[in-house]
Parts: sequence; structure tokens; C-alpha cells
Amino acid sequence: MRRVEGKVAPLPIDDVDTDQIIPASYLKVTDKSGLAEGLFANWRGAGDATFVLDRPERRDAIILLAGHNFGCGSSREHAPWALLGAGFRAVLSTRFADIFRSNALKNGLLAIEIDTSPHAELMARAQAEPDLRLTVDLERRLVELPDGGSVPFQIDPFARTCLLQGVDQLGYLLEQLPHIDAWEATHAARLDTRVG
Amino acid sequence: MPLTLLDKIWDRHVVVAPAEPGLPTVLGIDLHLVHEVTSPQAFAELERRGLRVRRPDLTLATMDHSTPTDPTIDRAALRVLDAAGAAQLDRLEENCARHGVPLYSLGDERQGIVHVIGPELGVTQPGMTIVCGDSHTSTHGAFGALAFGIGTSEVAHVLATQSLLQHRPKSFEVRIEGRRQSGVTAKDFILAVIAEIGIDGGTGHVFEYRGQAIRDLDMEGRMTVCNMSIEGGARAGLVAPDETTFDWLRGRPFAPKGAAWDAALEDWRALPTDAGAAFDRSIALDASRIEPMITWGTNPGLAISIRGRVPAPAEFSDGARATVEKALAYMALEPGENLLGRKIDVVFVGSCTNSRLGDLQAAAGVMRGRRVAPGVRMLVVPGSRRVKRQAEEQGLDRVFREAGAEWREAGCSMCLAMNNDRLEPGQYSVSTTNRNFEGRQGPGGRTFLASPLTAAASAVAGRIADVREML
Repeated sequence: MRRVEGKVAPLPIDDVDTDQIIPASYLKVTDKSGLAEGLFANWRGAGDATFVLDRPERRDAIILLAGHNFGCGSSREHAPWALLGAGFRAVLSTRFADIFRSNALKNGLLAIEIDTSPHAELMARAQAEPDLRLTVDLERRLVELPDGGSVPFQIDPFARTCLLQGVDQLGYLLEQLPHIDAWEATHAARLDTRVG
Repeated sequence: MPLTLLDKIWDRHVVVAPAEPGLPTVLGIDLHLVHEVTSPQAFAELERRGLRVRRPDLTLATMDHSTPTDPTIDRAALRVLDAAGAAQLDRLEENCARHGVPLYSLGDERQGIVHVIGPELGVTQPGMTIVCGDSHTSTHGAFGALAFGIGTSEVAHVLATQSLLQHRPKSFEVRIEGRRQSGVTAKDFILAVIAEIGIDGGTGHVFEYRGQAIRDLDMEGRMTVCNMSIEGGARAGLVAPDETTFDWLRGRPFAPKGAAWDAALEDWRALPTDAGAAFDRSIALDASRIEPMITWGTNPGLAISIRGRVPAPAEFSDGARATVEKALAYMALEPGENLLGRKIDVVFVGSCTNSRLGDLQAAAGVMRGRRVAPGVRMLVVPGSRRVKRQAEEQGLDRVFREAGAEWREAGCSMCLAMNNDRLEPGQYSVSTTNRNFEGRQGPGGRTFLASPLTAAASAVAGRIADVREML
């Protein structure tokens, strides 16, 4: 994965928690399919189409422009799965909660942090221009605007490398097994959960 | 160089140090707790790759989120009432059986909320790294273990390799000195801390709770404080192990015995932060100035003292104002109003935050000889089967039942409304849980977070009450 290019859904609300992204009642699954139904389930479908994802002009957005501290609360990975299921490929914020960011990047959902001031400018623009298209360039670490402007972003360098090179994190860990064997040999377990 | 408790635990679990800055550490994991909601896709990933659980002897599973707490609903009835929830329980049983992972299933005397049973069984021990696919894994930090919540991809990583790729977190000292007032609990401490630093104040950090008021807390109180570290943005919270910790652990089923106990004690006594160790951030609170706290908004940082007034959006920074307005609208509250005396519909005592024996004793102490106010529903949900049995041995169930409260089976219950225990739209609850997010306790439900003391007092009054008037 190198670039994500597409329309934007602005969600100018801070502290959006994972219970809003997908309420707990949608977590009663044993696989990852169908979770898009639960995406913002308590905010969507109010009838007046005031929620951004209910608006016809935002329906094909693939970049969520979120407020500060997006994804706080529960560790449910169903949150990035639901966003991906609904077609989103990137979320832009000024800060992500730690577990959400980790979960998102492990699933190829680009959790991109940008500074407050360019974030505010992007938000104003995205709200005013439903057809605005942005490009998230992972290689160059830039969010590019159609008029040639760009906003730099920071991202976990390891997650970036994994995404750019198609490295699977579990595969990477499995390659460390000789080191894990060696460490375990020197680090005695204090209990055996099988014999309590 | 003087080291923090975090440094010491981290350093002894480094399997592979980062070869260059920015790369993660391969961190060894001592204990992996598993439950039915965040594990099925992880086990499926192992199947897909033909992998086995590497260390079933360091893995322990139970059922808590999707389990019924209504004693009349057995497994057969659950299949009818909640087929999806029952399927999660079935899947966990299949996965654990296939991989040899010990499981405390529904009906087992050791079953309960994962963050209640770990400590009570003694599997949670100082100096360990502990993970679980649940953000409230921070609870176990009360024992001086580095314990944090992980997503399902990471659950698969730990199942397969007993390790994780992690960046070293920053350290954040939360110092609470002084003596707490009567009617003030650990819950009030942590609500005061989060109100002070905000719900993202601890992002990227691990809290270490220190100071006399923390030392004075019993283990259950320390668990309550550490439990809500994640509500302040920190994945983990720590309290240094001390005699209170060791006294609590001694003799638990999984605690070391004999010479192994002596060796463990020597090791644990070396864990606390060295004098002069530096933290990346620090705050200090005075326990004597903390009053019973209650949240008014839709995140745990929006809290006031019980006699305080609901703030106005203008009192907040530009960035926070919209959040505050949204919270006021959802909660149907007016700026400037007092919460004290406000009518409520439901009181919930339970959750991994406040469902241990001491929490139930505190609530029962207020309820004894009193009744739940007419029109109010009160649920008391013990955190584990063991807590339930102990409470019944002390007659606490009778106190609650005679007061008109419901006495339920162990589980997460109305904390997150995954089973049938939930608020109706528009209802107000006083809840001893950890999250007052919109719809958390049921779509349209409105939650005031508070201590078991405040919850019990409010149940009796039928209104938000100051427990200090009832003690």
C-alpha cells in the first residue's frame, strides 16, 4: 500500500469513542464480516440525514477526517474492521487513542496524525467542499490537496514500513521465534494456568 | 541510573531490543487472559496459518461479556434468547479445547469478569507482563504488573508467539498524598485524576500511582484506580507492590508456595521505583481535598464533585466546547444545575471497576435497613462466582434483596449492555462502571459514573445523593 486517494467525510467531533464507532451489541460475532452495519449505528439513520455518513454526497467517502482523540475507549478491533467494511481506507486526526491506532494500522487502515492548524484548515475545506478529494501518500508522508498543497504527517515508522513492503506483523514475529525460545529459557514462568 | 517500576518490568521482558530508533521491541508476555468477544477471530487466524497456541500454560480463558446474569437463563435458554451470544461461548469452548487452553466456562465456580478472576486466583502477580483483548486489562497493574489491553490481531500474536511488538511507553507519575475523607473511595480518586488530566492526558504513557493515599488503599481500591487508567488515555497503570499486595496474594490458588514464595517475595521487593528516578510527566493531587465524584457528561473526564454544578461550555477551551455542548444535549442537563437531588431510574453496582467483595460490602453497608426508592431498579452484579459466594456467606445478598435490589450472576452485565441488562432510551443510571459514553449501557441510556457508596445512597434516595449524609 502506497497511496489512498478519494473523497472525504468530515466528522468534526472530538473524543469519538469506539462505542460510537461500533456499539457493543454489534460485537456478538465470531468473524469480521457484516460489521459495517454497526458503524456509527447510534448516530446513523436519524431520518434527517444530519449525520455525515447519512448524506448522499458523502456516501462514497473513503477518508474519514475525524476530530481530536479518535478511537478512545475499548480495545475492540471491530472498530477498524467496521470502518474498512464500510469502505474507509484512512482516518485523519490530530491524535488517536493508542489501542485504536495500533489496531487500525495492523489492518491497513491508515491512522494518520496531522497538526492542529492544518487539521482545522482541512476540516473547514472538507465541510465546504463535498467533492474534495485528498491523497494520503504513505511513502512521502504527505496528505496532498488537489490544488498542489500538502500537509506532512507522522506515522509509526515500523507500521509504515510493514504497509509499504507488505510485511505481515505476525509473520515478522514468527521469524523471531528463535529469540523467543532463547529468552524463555532464561525467564522462568512463575505459574502454569493448567494446574491451579 | 535510578529506574522506575515501569523500566524494571519492561527491561526484564525485552526479547529483542529495537535495532534502530522507531522500531518496536519484541516484548515477552507472562500471562494472556482470553474471553469470548475478542478472541474468535484470533483463533481463526491461527487456524488459517496452521499455528498452535504456543504457551497454553500461560493462557487463561473465561466468559464474561456476553454471558447472562439473570439466574433463570441457563445455556439452553440462552441459545433461544441470544443465539449470537451463545455462539460466542460455544466458539470459545471449541477453541480452548482444541488448543489446550484452560477455560473457566459458564457454571464453573472460578468463572467471572476476567479482571476480577485473574487477581482473585493469584495468576496476576507483581513484575509480570499481562495482556488481554480488553482495555480494562490495566486493572492488573494494581499488583505492580505491566498489564494492558490489546486488539484481536495482537491476541493472535500472543497466542502464536507469547510476545508482542511494542514501543516503549513514557512514564507518568500520578501522586496522591494526604488522607482521604470519609465517604471518599478509590473510584473518586480516579475520577478526580481523569477530570484533571482529560481523557487523552495519558496517551502514550503508563501511569504510576504513588503517594500515601495510594499506599493506604487496599488491593481492591488499587484495582479500581488502575482499572480506569485507560479512561485517562493510558494503556496501563501501576502501583508498586508492597506488604498490602503480598498479604493479598499469599495463599491464592496460583500464588507461589513454599520456597518459591520466598524467592518471589525477594524479587518483588526489588520492583518499586528507585529514589530519584525520573518520570516523563508528573501530577500531584491532595486526597484530603477530593470529594465524592460523579460524572455529568458522556466521557469519564467530565466529572464534578457530588455537590458541584454542571459546568457551562464557556468554561472550557475552544477545542472542548463542542464536546461539552454535545454531552449536555445528550444528557439533557443545563449548565449550572446541581446533580444532587436529580431523579434517577436505575442503579447498577458491578463491572471490572467496582464488583469485588469490598465494593459490595460498601454498597450493602449503605443499603442495610433501607430500601431502594420506589420506581428505581437496582442491579447488583458480583464480579465473579467467587465474589458472589463470599458475599452470600456474609449475607450481603439478603441485604440487597431485602432492600428491593436484584442479585445477579457474575458478568460484565450493564456495564456495556452486551447481554439483556440494559437501560431503556432516556433512562438515567448511577453506575459504578467505567464508561459513560453515549449508549454504553443501552441505546439512548444516560449514565452517571460514581462509587458504590454514591450508587447505593442514590438508590435509597431515588435521586443522586451525597452518601456522607447517610454514613
